[in-house]
Amino acid sequence: MIAVFVEHHEGQLQKGSLGVLPKAATLGEEVAAVLLGPGTKELAKEPGRFGAQKVFVAEAPELEAPLPQPRVDALAQLVGERDVGTVLFGASVLASDVAAGLAARLDAGLNWDLVEIEAVEGKLVGKRPALEDSVFVDVGWTSEPRLALFRPGAFDPLETGGEAQVEELTPSFEEFSTAATMVEQAHEESSGPSIEDADVIVAGGRGLGGPENFSLVEGLAKALGGAVAATRAVVDAGWYPYATQVGQTGKTVAPKLYIACGISGAIQHKVGMQGSGTVVAINKDPNAPIFEFCDLGVVGDLHEIVPKLTELVQQRRAA
Amino acid sequence: MKIAVCVKEVPDAAVHKRIDPETKRLDRSGEGALNHFDTQAVEEALRLKESQGGGEVVLVSLGPASALDSLRKALAMGADRAVLVSDDAAAGSDLVATSRALGAALQREEADIVFFGQQGSDSDGAVLWAAVAERLRVPVISQVAELEVGEGKLKGKRQTEFGYDVIEAPLPAVVAVSDAINEPRYPSLKGIMGAKKKSQETVSLADLGVDQGSVGEEGSRTTVLALADPPARGDSQKIEDDGSAAEQIVEFLAGKKLL
Amino acid sequence: MKPADYRPPFSAREFVAEPTDPPDERIEVGILIVGAGPAGLACAIRLGQLVQESPQLAERLGDVPVAVLEKGKQPGSHIVSGAVVNPRGLRRLFRGQKRIAEMPFYGEVEAESVYFLRAKTALRIPTPPTMKNHGNYVASLSQLVRWLGEQADEAGATILPETSAERLLVQDGRVLGVRTGDKGRGRNGQPLPNFEPGSDILARVTILCEGTQGHLTGIALDTFGLEGESPQVWALGVKEVWKVERPLRRVVHTMGWPLRAGAKYREFGGSFIYPMGQDMLTLGMVVGLDYRDAELSVHDLLQELKTNPLVRRMLEGGERVGWGAKTIPEGGYVALPRRLHAPGLLLCGDGAGMVNVPALKGIHYAVESGRLAAEAAVDALRPGRTPWAPGALGTYDEAVRKSFIWSDLKAVRNMRQAFGRGFYRGGMLASAMTASRGAFPPGNMRTERDAEQPILRTGRSKRYPRPDGKLTFDKLSSVYLSGNRTRDDAPNHLRVQTRVPEELAALWDRMCPAQVYEASDGRVEVTPSNCVQCGAITAKGGRLTPPEGGAGPEYTLT
Repeated sequence: MIAVFVEHHEGQLQKGSLGVLPKAATLGEEVAAVLLGPGTKELAKEPGRFGAQKVFVAEAPELEAPLPQPRVDALAQLVGERDVGTVLFGASVLASDVAAGLAARLDAGLNWDLVEIEAVEGKLVGKRPALEDSVFVDVGWTSEPRLALFRPGAFDPLETGGEAQVEELTPSFEEFSTAATMVEQAHEESSGPSIEDADVIVAGGRGLGGPENFSLVEGLAKALGGAVAATRAVVDAGWYPYATQVGQTGKTVAPKLYIACGISGAIQHKVGMQGSGTVVAINKDPNAPIFEFCDLGVVGDLHEIVPKLTELVQQRRAA
Repeated sequence: MKIAVCVKEVPDAAVHKRIDPETKRLDRSGEGALNHFDTQAVEEALRLKESQGGGEVVLVSLGPASALDSLRKALAMGADRAVLVSDDAAAGSDLVATSRALGAALQREEADIVFFGQQGSDSDGAVLWAAVAERLRVPVISQVAELEVGEGKLKGKRQTEFGYDVIEAPLPAVVAVSDAINEPRYPSLKGIMGAKKKSQETVSLADLGVDQGSVGEEGSRTTVLALADPPARGDSQKIEDDGSAAEQIVEFLAGKKLL
Repeated sequence: MKPADYRPPFSAREFVAEPTDPPDERIEVGILIVGAGPAGLACAIRLGQLVQESPQLAERLGDVPVAVLEKGKQPGSHIVSGAVVNPRGLRRLFRGQKRIAEMPFYGEVEAESVYFLRAKTALRIPTPPTMKNHGNYVASLSQLVRWLGEQADEAGATILPETSAERLLVQDGRVLGVRTGDKGRGRNGQPLPNFEPGSDILARVTILCEGTQGHLTGIALDTFGLEGESPQVWALGVKEVWKVERPLRRVVHTMGWPLRAGAKYREFGGSFIYPMGQDMLTLGMVVGLDYRDAELSVHDLLQELKTNPLVRRMLEGGERVGWGAKTIPEGGYVALPRRLHAPGLLLCGDGAGMVNVPALKGIHYAVESGRLAAEAAVDALRPGRTPWAPGALGTYDEAVRKSFIWSDLKAVRNMRQAFGRGFYRGGMLASAMTASRGAFPPGNMRTERDAEQPILRTGRSKRYPRPDGKLTFDKLSSVYLSGNRTRDDAPNHLRVQTRVPEELAALWDRMCPAQVYEASDGRVEVTPSNCVQCGAITAKGGRLTPPEGGAGPEYTLT
């Protein structure tokens, strides 16, 4: 059986881990979703729609706060008592700590940052990017249980329909696992996603012409529900804050969609975003290096294209 | 107060990181340097020692003998002592095996707090702290952006996808700091010159009572099978704006289910 | 209009100071060496030998007998050279303790060829006698220096990397040591939260081995009036390292295209292509900075060079794996400082201009000068002597004048200047000089400052190849390959006037191999974080000062 650790927050199942369920269903074994924490009995009817045949839930008070170590206890117990050969996680701050703790508890192999997994001749093979996404590595496990952490957003939660059998667990907990306590939980702070977490990033470069034109970038980002990023050149010039700089001396990002506006594409910038899923570039210079590594290159005036694009996106979303 | 910091030497080649096609692992034969995120952990440890008015900061690392060079840089920042677990049998250790070796070294130290940096820039060290905390059977808090240490306990502000949590835990505990926590100090010249004189201990697995078979490739539960090129970007399209570029972009994104 | 019309906002006095740290915070060492290059490390190694031989000396030098300051991340990080090394200096240094076979060389030179190039052809010409390399070894100087660093460390030297020497500490006319640079300042010089001030390092003798355009060397030449009879001039060398399919089995030099022969252009130089073992080679373009065309870019001339069929064939199926750029002092004998010492101070290597231009050699002079400096420093520290008494370190000058450094440089003293008259006339003059071992023509031909050359415009840039990312590359890709990760918010370490005429801005824009300068709208924009500290700007109207220690390139194969 393959167990998938599914996360939830404020009564909603999280996309990142939910997406792992349909992928797990392609591996040829029974799939069980594991939901731990308050309100999971309510949520238990959901995972079935995404490919789980079974759902294990536990609402013990020790699981009330989203802390990793009690979850290690619960999962370890599950693996020990049932025929669980594989445990999959969609990476998050919580899930990563749980997966690693569980690996040490069970002396099990953990492969992380995976973007793909398949069953090949009866064995599981994972794929992960390495070296700033410039090379891909195939990884495997030498024993059971096999643990895997998938890159956030690696898989989309596809609904395959179906219902799952729900079972409640009664885990017991180690003393050290319950020593940490949550004093204050999850203060919302953000105004939109940070660039490291964003699924969509709209970035601006020198081609914008001036700091005031970042409003075009912001408008498009807002319409797409994404974050705003900037190149070193414009951050140097003081047009936008350093926290948004993408590149060799800034942040490395790998969103699903990266829209580069007025960015030439020097290698110092490229290494910060080359792992992006889809890259769209808008630049009026047809020879800009960015056209060598984008999926859709648009040669044109961003001052005209971006506002129009923003409007069309807003219309589409409203519809 | 005794503070341990787990640090790692990673390949420093600014450009030339490569995977060795033979071993299929990161080629570590070039220059090494202290993992940048680990210097933030060292910095936090030093600040804690300073705010406590005393104590000891000991560096713990797993690596080849040459890693002592990088450890010296952390000693130059102000750490007091370094312990390097160096043993040929430990080469090629995965998360499980590494945590075993480090756990044994840390057990010997009996530190009140064990610090880790956010991640390994060679991406081999991510989430090591949770595995080590399991070995030591102590609480762990990760992604800590702010830390307060009081009598026998600590309070950490943890960054998650949803905002900040504040978590309390009794000591001893493991803390993994987020990259937002601090800006590491530059070592002073006096610090650099004094680093050589500080205690740098190299221990083998046998010294720690760790069985050779339980680490290294033998003790690892994961394996690297093959290297490949990243999936091709697919055909890239290039269009010139004839007034309809915005519409074409929308169509393209819709086609890729990005809208 | 010439670059010298726009002097940089710089004065040597800014970099001379008395110690300011309280006495218990000053760092005291026995002998301080600035620069962990071939000269500095040879000096450190020789000092280690001398300290081993004499316990009294060890005692006199104190807890830290020898300290070597290096502004790069580690020894070798800022080193760029061809290089074909004459092993003479190293043999004398190691006195049989280390054999050449133990040093990281890529083999002895087996064969060599010299070509005269045109865009599509290569004509083999006889090797000029000054360029013969029999008995010499190919090396990556960056790697050799790293190895020398290990030897110096074993010999007991304390190497302090990521440490820049910013000011010369002078009191009562004698050099006391150096003040190291601050770390952790922001774009406008303001201290950042992790600000770490520099320190005063005091030593009985300070030995400057900073290499080309040495910062404190320049300050010292000015402060103590040590400049030679003729001003120093430089060439800019830009090189690449390639992984190749077929090994190159000989050392190659070329002249002619893509440089222009006419006297009005003053384009002196050529290229080198050296094998590095079975699967790598290095090639570079070296051009005198007395060139006049605003659109000349040595970086792009190198790209152009690669399109010549002879060169293209060597690189077929290969991959560029390294890149570097650095200036080379070319004034030779007439530009050597009139004295190589001052009270408490010695000058070595490329910083002092010890380069044999026609032979393209300087490394063995650097090593020998470092060795001789060590001996002179120790001599001046004998009981009863003080290194800052006038003339106390004069034994160094005497030793250098008696060495092969002097005799070699004197023999070729006029050759470079001859080429100021254009390639063909220069060639004839050079032959006469070689045949006569420098006796003809008599006297010393003067050099003219690079920045005094008038600027012309010829549309040259139209012929540079468009970078294709496989054979030819753009400057930013090259900077990336140098390993440069300098932080963006560091203070600007480059002193230039920014409101300059368009031709000067264009000159700097093209000149700089790292694209630090951009001509735009009647001014020049400076991106200091690109800087690989080659020193070209100092030759052509600006001034390079050392940035924060550790900044700049991280060369490994150059």
